[in-house]
Amino acid sequence: MLRLGIDVGGTNTDAVIMRGREVLSGFKASTTQDVTSGVVEALEGAISKAGADRAEIGNVMIGTTHFTNAVIERKHINPVAAIRLGLPATACLPPMVDWPDDLREAVGNHGYLVRGGYEFDGREIAPLDEEEIDRIGDDINTRKIKVAAISSVFSPINQAMETAARDRLLQKCPDVSVVLSSDIGRIGLLERESAAIMNASLLALSDRTVEAFAEALKSAGLTCPFYITQNDGTLMAADMVRRFPVLTFASGPTNSMRGAAFLTGERDGIVVDIGGTTTDVGALQHGFPRQAATVVDIGGVRTNFRMPDVFSIGLGGGSLVRRNADGDITVGPQSVGYRITSEALVFGGDTMTATDIAIARGEADFGDRAAVAGIDTATLDGARAAMTGMLERAVERSRISPEPIPVIAVGGGSILMPDQLGDLKVIRPENFAVANAVGAAIAQISGEVDRIFSLENGLTRDICLKQAEEEATKKAVESGAVAETIETIEREDVPLAYLPGNATRIHVKVVGEMGGLDA
Amino acid sequence: MRVVTEEDIDALEIGSAILGTGGGGNPYIGKLRAKQVLREGRPMRILPLQALPDDAKVVSLGGIGAPLVSHERIKEGREGLRCVRALEERFGFRIDAIACEEIGGQNSMEPLIIAALAGLPVVDCDGMGRAFPEMQMTTYSIYGHCSTPSVMCDCHGNVVTFDHAVSELWHEKMARACVVAQGGSSTLASAPMDGIFVKRFAIPDSYTKAISLGRTVRAAQKRHEDPVQAICAFEHGKQVFTGKIVDLKRHLKGGFVRGEAILDGFDGFQGDTAQIDIQNEYLVFTRNGVVEVIVPDLVVILDNDTGEAISTEMLRYGQRVGVLALPCHPLLRSPEALKVVGPSGFGLGHLTYRPMEETDRKDMPA
Repeated sequence: MLRLGIDVGGTNTDAVIMRGREVLSGFKASTTQDVTSGVVEALEGAISKAGADRAEIGNVMIGTTHFTNAVIERKHINPVAAIRLGLPATACLPPMVDWPDDLREAVGNHGYLVRGGYEFDGREIAPLDEEEIDRIGDDINTRKIKVAAISSVFSPINQAMETAARDRLLQKCPDVSVVLSSDIGRIGLLERESAAIMNASLLALSDRTVEAFAEALKSAGLTCPFYITQNDGTLMAADMVRRFPVLTFASGPTNSMRGAAFLTGERDGIVVDIGGTTTDVGALQHGFPRQAATVVDIGGVRTNFRMPDVFSIGLGGGSLVRRNADGDITVGPQSVGYRITSEALVFGGDTMTATDIAIARGEADFGDRAAVAGIDTATLDGARAAMTGMLERAVERSRISPEPIPVIAVGGGSILMPDQLGDLKVIRPENFAVANAVGAAIAQISGEVDRIFSLENGLTRDICLKQAEEEATKKAVESGAVAETIETIEREDVPLAYLPGNATRIHVKVVGEMGGLDA
Repeated sequence: MRVVTEEDIDALEIGSAILGTGGGGNPYIGKLRAKQVLREGRPMRILPLQALPDDAKVVSLGGIGAPLVSHERIKEGREGLRCVRALEERFGFRIDAIACEEIGGQNSMEPLIIAALAGLPVVDCDGMGRAFPEMQMTTYSIYGHCSTPSVMCDCHGNVVTFDHAVSELWHEKMARACVVAQGGSSTLASAPMDGIFVKRFAIPDSYTKAISLGRTVRAAQKRHEDPVQAICAFEHGKQVFTGKIVDLKRHLKGGFVRGEAILDGFDGFQGDTAQIDIQNEYLVFTRNGVVEVIVPDLVVILDNDTGEAISTEMLRYGQRVGVLALPCHPLLRSPEALKVVGPSGFGLGHLTYRPMEETDRKDMPA
């Protein structure tokens, strides 16, 4: 059986065909406005390059940065009714209070505060104010809002009130799509609520996008199920993405790091993904990206998704090479971006880019080498030193041990990477340019538990951790993971200070191979 | 009187997190609340400590409970105002100014917010000059102020008066029990103090210092200079370690987080090993088996690149950090203060406090 991995980025759409652990082919196409035609071009390219029988393709996995880009560019975002259950608590900070003004306007700034929510120990702050939900329903109908996000205080401990509010709202507004914060995020009201609101604002786009993916596969004669990768490098069914587009927000860097790990067989290392404009650097630990400890900012909004700790610098294949006032050669952060294929010297343009330097120095060979023959040695050496310095500092920042771990270079711009960075050896896997699509193709299924346990009545930390692990495993199996392959990849307990009764917050994540995959 | 701007609030967020020495809770929610209050057109004013009249009636207040709860069940917003009003009713006089219990962490914001809502100034002082886990650990309590009658309010409108506690420790214990019933995040205002007492026994200039500290870090970041060095220069502190966290243990004991972080050095500390003892805050710094910094001096852990303070909850294996020692205020170094906020106040009676300036001799056994 074959696997088809597709990565739909802002500039390129890549596809790979894999059999077990072997990459049979990779193909790069341009991302198109309608998404569909770009996906079709990439997957047809990969299929024909591999000479694959499409009946043999058993699963399709897609990674996309489409939804992240929509938030960052404030495009395709719909108005949302943001309903919070928590009064009298939380009255001082309305929903979206810490958003950038333009994004808050883009979602309509419709915040509603309602009596309800839970205390940390499960008591109700107040019973749900159902009549207020009815009044909000009328208001939503008047304003013709099509989506709502409901967030209750401490809903990660008990989802019941969010569910009840949704059911009540649907009586008034049967056609409104409702997102519950407890389905999306963890403890931390503003971050979880913001994620739920962003998710609701993207529902129409996710519907169209998933439809476009389905159409592309259908037109290619592929009838197998398809999955989409989420933040942690694991898969969710296409229909889940329709409901939870925000869960794909960090899948881009995750896929490239997981792809890099897979292509090299390394489980620990620093992955450097060099694109056209920027370079993303992150650490691999045990085959998974190291997670960021703090909140992650998406388009100016704080979220508490678990995301890879990725550090970006302004260096890419299209970075401008210039001489500054002091006479030093600088590279980036300005870039010709996707216009590199017309503006770089080797492609007949008249802008000196980082790629031109690599070609002129003989570190890569494509385009018109004669066009860069005139660049003087001082410029070449200065630019080379500048790029190496930038990469060294970025790698050093992500390095978490003095061990001589490898640096893995991936992405279309990885020709800029020297063979050695300081004391670290650089590995360049085959198919480095399509590592993202490979990362998508090998993604696994996960299950996660994150809530507060009370260490009382004979319950110990170990018992609670075990219980959380069993729950997470059950979730993973229900989502399609093979039970025998499941392993725990995150296991963390953070005691709640300043409260007697020894409450502790436990977070456990397990992953397993997807069923039906003969790896 | 200094009028507080939104920019000051941003700087205070950074400065108070540094002075939190790993604890005190994240000031982010408080920052948002403070900005909301400013945007509603309620001015915040900081009164210099020495401008406080001798007979002024000053109430210090702060949040009490679990920081994690305060990020989920965000406050109603006027809890502290209800505390002040209840105290005024109980004592039969009006309050003239609000003071801060704890400048470190999220409790730096609450007095500003409540003072603005009440139309009162905030005195430029606090009771700790940093963060401590318990209420009796303020210089107000240490130097003889009886913090009861006090008032504790929650988001529901419940108002609890602690009429009399036989000791400051009893007050802490009773308040801690009550905050659980109130949902784990309340506001507590202590009995009014006279201006003359506050001028003598409060840690001075806390707000101007924390705000300037935050501005210093910001400015260093903007100029791409080392923020860690900038903090040291500003606070007369020193960088005692640069390293990576190689082991981390945290466990609960009586509602408080205890544990230790082990670090391996790099840069100028290559080959050195350090340990930091945690008890809600960072308490003790030990290098190569020798104790170098002890509470109440401040042990601060910062992200080595950004200079941002790392709280005990944010500590992760593999983080690359700088460790700073900052001297505490002399009011915390007296024998009566050290009984409460020195090592023995944290069950570390086997250690003897020695000011960080004197430990360069490296003759202290761990």
